[in-house]
This record gives sequence, structure tokens and C-alpha cells, in this order.
Amino acid sequence: MDFLRPASWEEALAAKAEHPTAVPIAGGTDVMVEINFDHRRPEYLLDLNRIGDLTEWEVGGESVRLGASVPYTAIMESLRTELPGLALASHTVASPQIRNRGGVGGNLGTASPAGDAHPALLAAGAEVEAESVRGSRMIPIDAFYTGVKRNALAPDELIRAVHIRKADGPQQYSKVGTRNAMVIAVCAFGLALHPESRTVRTGIGSAAPTPVRAEAAEDFLNAALEEGGFWESGKIITPSVAKQFAELASGACNPIDDVRGTARYRRHAVGIMARRTLGWTWEQYRGTARTLEGAA
Amino acid sequence: MTQHTRVASTPAGTPTDVTQGSRTRGGIGESTLRPDGTLKVTGEFAYSSDMWHEDMLWGQILRSTVAHAEIVSIDTSEALAQAGVYAVLTYEDLPTEVRNYGLEIQDTPVLANGVVRHHGEPVALVAADHPETARRAAAKIKVEYRELPVVTDEASAVAEDAPLLHPGRDDHHVGHVPHPNIVHRQPIVRGDADAAAARADVVVSGEYTFGMQDQAFLGPESGLAVPAEDGGVDLYVATQWLHSDLRQIAPVLGLPEEKVRMTLSGVGGAFGGREDLSMQIHACLLALRTGKPVKIVYNRFESFFGHVHRHPAKLWYEHGATRDGKLTHMRCRIVLDGGAYASASPAVVGNASSLSVGPYVVDDVDIEAIALYTNNPPCGAMRGFGAVQACFAYEAQMDKLAAALDMDPVALRQLNAMEQGTLLPTGQPVDSPAPVAELLRRVKSRPLPPERQWETTEGADVRALPGGLSNTTHGEGVVRGVGYAVGIKNVGFSEGFDDYSTAKVRMEVVGGEPVATVHTAMAEVGQGGITVHAQIARTELGVTQVTINPADTQVGSAGSTSASRQTYVTGGAVRNSCELVRDKVLEIGRRRFGSYHPAWATAELLLEGGKVVTDGGEVLADLAEVLQDEVVEVEAEWRHRPTEAFDLRTGQGNGHVQYSFAAHRAVVEVDTELGLVKVIELACAQDVGKALNPLSVIGQIQGGTTQGLGVAVMEEIIVDPKTAKVRNPSFTDYLIPTILDTPTIPVDVLELADEHAPYGLRGIGEAPTLSSTPAVLAAIRNATGLELNRTPVRPEHLTGT
Repeated sequence: MDFLRPASWEEALAAKAEHPTAVPIAGGTDVMVEINFDHRRPEYLLDLNRIGDLTEWEVGGESVRLGASVPYTAIMESLRTELPGLALASHTVASPQIRNRGGVGGNLGTASPAGDAHPALLAAGAEVEAESVRGSRMIPIDAFYTGVKRNALAPDELIRAVHIRKADGPQQYSKVGTRNAMVIAVCAFGLALHPESRTVRTGIGSAAPTPVRAEAAEDFLNAALEEGGFWESGKIITPSVAKQFAELASGACNPIDDVRGTARYRRHAVGIMARRTLGWTWEQYRGTARTLEGAA
Repeated sequence: MTQHTRVASTPAGTPTDVTQGSRTRGGIGESTLRPDGTLKVTGEFAYSSDMWHEDMLWGQILRSTVAHAEIVSIDTSEALAQAGVYAVLTYEDLPTEVRNYGLEIQDTPVLANGVVRHHGEPVALVAADHPETARRAAAKIKVEYRELPVVTDEASAVAEDAPLLHPGRDDHHVGHVPHPNIVHRQPIVRGDADAAAARADVVVSGEYTFGMQDQAFLGPESGLAVPAEDGGVDLYVATQWLHSDLRQIAPVLGLPEEKVRMTLSGVGGAFGGREDLSMQIHACLLALRTGKPVKIVYNRFESFFGHVHRHPAKLWYEHGATRDGKLTHMRCRIVLDGGAYASASPAVVGNASSLSVGPYVVDDVDIEAIALYTNNPPCGAMRGFGAVQACFAYEAQMDKLAAALDMDPVALRQLNAMEQGTLLPTGQPVDSPAPVAELLRRVKSRPLPPERQWETTEGADVRALPGGLSNTTHGEGVVRGVGYAVGIKNVGFSEGFDDYSTAKVRMEVVGGEPVATVHTAMAEVGQGGITVHAQIARTELGVTQVTINPADTQVGSAGSTSASRQTYVTGGAVRNSCELVRDKVLEIGRRRFGSYHPAWATAELLLEGGKVVTDGGEVLADLAEVLQDEVVEVEAEWRHRPTEAFDLRTGQGNGHVQYSFAAHRAVVEVDTELGLVKVIELACAQDVGKALNPLSVIGQIQGGTTQGLGVAVMEEIIVDPKTAKVRNPSFTDYLIPTILDTPTIPVDVLELADEHAPYGLRGIGEAPTLSSTPAVLAAIRNATGLELNRTPVRPEHLTGT
């Protein structure tokens, strides 16, 4: 195994172009596990840790440009206001040590359906900034996940940053695991209210071959909220609407049975999380609830 | 949160000789700090995996990828051809006719002999100059398997066409088992269960399932074997019982025991998982073959295959009671899955059957316990074995019975609680305090933690809710439940085993100060034994400075660090040897100074604070003056009272030496919609006889309680029922409690002395593991109203999905 250590982004792109099978490594929280378990023996490891640029972020007018290697800890500490859903998701990532190392770029690169960041990115709305020696492009998050642990990157491309829309309303994130910390998601659900566009977006983790949005649920809810004038009135969402939303979210799942949980449980739990996160965000939107960020 | 309670009235039989050395600091009863504590917390402790030797090779084990198969062929040529590889060994290369080992039954092949019987069985060994080279070479060994049908449960084990796991068995259990795929069977019949059942107003029964738990100790298996010039081998290894290892290793190597010199290296933890051999013989074989030091270190993945687990069990129980709540009878059948090799299965059967009634008075019983041979992973020793599985079931039964009688579950237990003098189902009287009702009273009388602790002025604090920071509920669906359980565990090796320990104690003057040295072969696996040995030596010999020599086989056996026995048995051996040393020191004193003071001849003399004093407190001489340049050294064996085997037909017999009792109250909060559980508090009351080191006692009780919590709500090795392959051999998918899953554990310590034991102490390590699990289950049942007859409970069980 060759260990490539580019000193700059340009060198990294050149190395990736020369060795398209090279596996980028930043925090190493996914890659090293795979190597240690002998699941993977890449020919080349491409170490991105010398590229300081990747651990920086910029808060713009519309979105946050989050460097691929910004650790989860920084998201929790510095971006709660702009990215509340992703900050909540970051809290659920493994242990403090892992959160100090791992970042969203790695989650996207691995593209595991169980990656904790994905539902929050799907719900908030995001674009992945991918670059190669051929140039740079923005991949919408909805088009990024292409299969189990597969993404839309070309072999010579690296993830430079992810551009996440700044929250224009409340966001929530829930994850089910069978212990209270340091656990891989059995399933997860992210929900963001977008009062400016009067839409609701969602994201589901670990309940389908890829992270997915519950699009039918979103469409139903968007229509119901519009028709009932909920955005203007801020009245409590009718329980039957919440119930139907939850059922449609369940229906968006295409889960499997595995050692972490049954398919039936995953469908069930996604429905519960959908109903609860809708309730929490809507309460926040109505302004009646005190801070319900969920994370202390 | 911690209370130490000394019972007000001293019960009969309390030893009166425990004040010895009370004026010497650091003696028994003090919470002296453990020498390994700071090192472990700061990461500086040297574990066995940290060892290094110049010119050392790395050993790698190739393990079977299937659970049951004939080995058609093994081709090692490619592995041998790889640069850096020094040796590849298979069954054919074993040096002597002794090719099996085992704790009690020698049924475990050192390397697979034409057949593999479980997933992960060792097939071949590689030694290479780099661990990665060894790993790659092992992957190049070609093994052709012809798969065989798998035996995975009782039905497939005793079916007419069942494959026999061990054809031609000749062990001492084969004569009394109903089928050769049953390792051991122990019935216990006492009174007349049928007649007693006729007197019952209420009868409840249930079938319970206990999952396979892993010890999940720190520091996966590892060791270093160094070939010696005399043709022998020096083995440095993390284990639980050096001499038991030695007895199994030496014959396979074809060496006399004195040529296999073992030294204990840094152990992370054990919990029973190091009682069987792992890499010991393999490393020695490679070292002797290559003439170079060989180190083997399992990673966590391999560790899941490299040691035995807790027996999963199916338990059927029936209890009857009169309307006023008095138990009439109990019938049970306990089926333990021992997996492919016997390991400790016979002893697990003995414990499960003899303790199947729990700490209750039941005169009429009909009991049967068996352990199976299957193609599942081998199971053996783990904290509380046999008693743990039974406690889970009989405590569920007690709650079921209380519900049927419309009685308070604690009151029902107290009404039937055993006490000193009660006969066990084996007919053996419990001849030391058995404060079962009192332990229950103590956990019950403790105030309950406040409700809805997650509510703050800032909204819900999710850390206090099921799911924690995963943010799954802000209180929705959350229901509280409270549950109780109590258990009984035997202490020490039972059923007629000659359970002894050896201690060598030396006393001399160094730099003008009297000092003591204690040398035993006791494996310090984290239980705090070496701390206690120093405390005992200070108390008995009146010295401050005590050196504990490393545990090795240059001193006699200390027995296993298991069965809650080491403080009792090796602690007893250290005390005994100290007493013999003291006698010799006083003899020297009498010789030197006897003529100067009549008290030398007439008074009871003690060693305290570096001096010889009378029981009246008068100082006779400094120890330094008494000893001068003489060295007093004693090595002696010490054993607890003998026990006897259980009758193979009736189960009668005085099989146990001591008991340990603990009770728990669990308070849980369950998110009933998502099926997630948070244990809020797990209060424990335990009788420890005498707390030699109160801080260590609390640590053991809290650790045992947490291990019991683990198997209540998350810990389980999942074995595919079709292929008998392990599906979750990693800490990613075998979950153990984190600190956020660990509740407040208030501990109430009773000290009712057992007059038969040194200082009146009781072995304490296992009892808290028993009652913790059923208490949590009872609390979840209380919260949800569900029957929940298996552990661990998964979200699926709580949500019907």
C-alpha cells in the first residue's frame, strides 16, 4: 500500500488523477476501520490531512460552505444556528474522539446508508462540491447517493466541500440505536421546515439501500399545510395529517433485516420519528415551545 | 450515593480475631488504592499485547470459515513459500500424541483434526517476521471443507439422525447422559413435587430464553512464548489460572511441567473468558518449532472466536403457591448450549441445577439441567455461570406468581426467602447468614429517583431520556417501571473439587525496616487481588511495606481467578502463610528476648506497627531487632472446607462451600413507541461478609451490576440458526453499555460474617451480575405490561415488530 501525502489541493487532485483507485483518507474513522478489519486493502491511500483548507468553513448569505474535513465537533460547537439539523446529527456520531476526527466529507465519500450526516443534509438541502483536474462541479445531494456505499463521484474526483442551505426554519434529527451513545444507526430521520418556500424536507437513514427523502410524505404534507393555511396561522397540525405523514414516511423505507434490527422495526421507527420531529419543529415554528434543540 | 452499612447487632459466629493489625495502616478494611489503577486510567499499564522481544516472530491462527465440516485437504505450500514466513503448522505437525486439551474433558483439538466443529475453530498456524506477513500467509493456506449438517439446539442435538459432535466419547459423564450430544445432566429430586403441586392454589409456568453473552474483557488474548536453552519455553501470557494452563500445555508440547515456565503478564479483564486456553499452546508450538520468540495478539474480531462465551439457555419453570403466597413446589428444566466443546459445561450444569430454586425455601422440587454439544460457539465460564441464567428465569416466575396471587412481588419473595439453616434442593443446609429478606427490604426502602428528570426550564434534556443524544423522544411515549430481583451464587469451586491455593510469604529487614514479600500464582485480572494481599500481609505481620511478586509457576497453584473465590481462597492462603511466618518470627523473638519479659511466654502476641506487642498493647520489641538478618519464609497450601459431588440421580450432596447474595431494584424509563430503554437507577444491596477493601467492593458490585444490565438490554452474540455462524463479532454490533447507558448504582453493603471464611468474608464478584438482569427485565415488564420471556430485550420485542 502506497501512502500519498499531497501538500496542497492541486497536488491532491493530480494524485487522484494519476491513481484513480486511491482512497482518500482524512479523519480515517471509516477507512481505518475497514483496513483494520481487512475489508479493504487499497493500493493507494491519499492523505488529505496536510490540506488545511479542507477544515475551514464559510458562512455565506444562502448557505454554509463546509470544508470536507471540518470535524463534527466544530459543527456542533460553531454551526448550531446555521445548520441545526446537521449539528444534532453530529452529536450522534460515535464518541467524542471520533467526532474530533471525522467530518461530513468522509460520510459522503463512504456513502453508507447508515452515515449520520445524510438525513440532515437531505432535509436541509445541499450540494456537494466535487473537483478533479478536469474542473469543479456541484452535485445536488438528491443525486449524490447512487447505491449501497456508492456515490456520484467520478474516479478522479475528490470532495472539496459541501454547500448546505442555511436553516430558514426549525430542523430536527432523530436516530435510533440500541444503546444510548456510540451506536450505528438502526435508522434515522431528519426533518427541516423551510418557511421561506413553505416546504418541508426530510431525510431517512439506514432504512433503504441509500439515504433517501420521504418524497411522498413531503408532498402530502406540503399540500396539507398549504391547503389548511397552517403556515400563516401557525395552528397545531391536525393529528390525522401528522399520522398520514408518518405513514408515508414509513412507506418511503425499503429496509432489510440485519443484526441491528428488523425491516419491520425500521419502518415502524421511521414513522414514529417522522411524527415526533414534525411535532417538535412545528412547535418551534409556532414559537410556543422553548428551545427544544434536543441536545444539551 | 454510596453507603456502607454495618449491621447494628453482631450475629452469632462473627469472628473475633479480625482486629489483628488494626494499628498498622493499609490493612484490611481500608480502601487502599490499587497499584494498577492510575496506570490503567492514564494508558500506561503494560498489557500482555504490549510485550516485545528482540528477534521476535508473530503468530497468526487460521480459523474455520464454516461451523461443521470435514477438512478434505489443507495446502500450506503457498503460505510457506512467502518471504518472511518461518513456519506453518497443522494438526499433522503436532509433536506428541497428546493433541487435545480441555478444562475438565480433553475434547478440544489444539488444531482441527480432519473436522471443524464450530465457526472460527483453529485450523493452522503461521509464524512470520511481521504480523501483516503472517496474516497474508495464513490467507494463502487453502483449506477444502466438505460441509456437514449443523447441530444448533436441543432438537437437532438429540434427533434420531443427529450427527454426533464427539463420537466415541470416553469421559466420566458419558455413562449418565441420555444422549452423546449431551455433555452432562444433573437431576435434583427432593420431596414430592407432584404431591406438593396438588396443594397449590396457584400454579404459574413459563419458558425463558437467555442469549449468548460475551465477556468483552479489555485486552484481547495475547502472549509471548520464548524458547529456552534447556529445550523448554518461557510463556508470558494474560490468563486466569496459570497452573491449569500449564497442566494442559505441557503434555501437548511433550515437555515436563517444570520446563514450561509461565509468568502472568498484564491482564485487562477476564470474567471467565480466559479460563480456557486460547493462544498459549499455539505460541509455544511456533516458538519451539522456529527457535525464536513468538508473539500472538488477537484483535477484537478474533477474540470473539478465541474464547468461550456465556451459555445461552432455554429454561422451563413451574412454581406453585398456596393462596397466602407460600411456595408449594418448583419444577424446572434448564437446557444450556455448551457449543462444540465441553469447557466448563459440567460445572455450569451443576450450578444451574443446584441453584435453580434461587434464594427461596422450596421443599418439593423436581429439577433437571443439561448442557448440549452443538456446532454453536463453545460456551464456558462467565461471571456467575449457571446461576445467572437460572436467576433470570426464577425471578420472572416470582413476579408472575405475585401477579397471579395479587401480591406485592417483594412481599412474596420475603415470605419465601431463605435464611440461615434453610436446606438447598440438594439437601445441604445454608450454614452462614442468608439475609435475603433484609436485602430486599433495603433496596425497596430506598427513595425512588424523581420522575421526569428530563424536564428543565430549557426544554427536554435528552441525556436523561431513552435514546439520549440521539434525540428520539422529548418525553413522548416514555413510561417508568420498577422491578426487583434477588439471587444466590455459590462461592468457590464446588462438587468435591480440591479447591486450594498456595502462598509464599517472606519477612525480613531491609534498610532497618521490617518488610514482607508475598508471592502467589493468583492471576490479577482487575479484581484487585494484589491490593488485598498487601492489606492482609500488613494486617497479619504489622509491616507497612509489602512487595507483591509477579504471579508465575515458580510457586504453587493459586487456583482460578473465578467463582468469586480469590479473596477467599488465595486471600486465605496469604493469611495462613502470614500466620505461619508470624509464629516463626515470634519463635525467634522468644529465643532472643524471651528471658527479658515474661509476656513472651504468657501473653497473646501480635505484630503491629513494626513491633511485637501483647494483646494488652504493651510493646515487647521492634521487629527489626527480632529478625536482625534472619529471613523467614513460608510457602503453604490452604484450602476451604471440602465439598462433595452431587448424587447423579437425586442431586443430593453438600456440594457448595459458601453463598453470596445480592438484591437489586431497577428503575427504568421505556420509550414504548420506539422500544428504547433507559435504566435510570439500579440500586443494589449485597452481603459481603467483610469488606476487606470497601472501595473495591463497591467497584465489583457496580461492575457486576452493569454487566447484568448489558445482557438485559443489549449484549448478545447472534448466531445464525441455519449456519451456526457468528453474525456480530465486533464492538460495532456486539454492544456493551457505555457510561451513558450506565445508571446511578447506589450500593448498600451488609457485612454479616461467614464464620467459616477468613475474616468472615464472602466472595462478591458474581452475585451482583445475577439479580441485575432480572431486575431490569422486571422493570421493563412493569413499564410495558409485556411478558418478555427472553433476554436481552430488543426494540423489536417492545414494539411487536
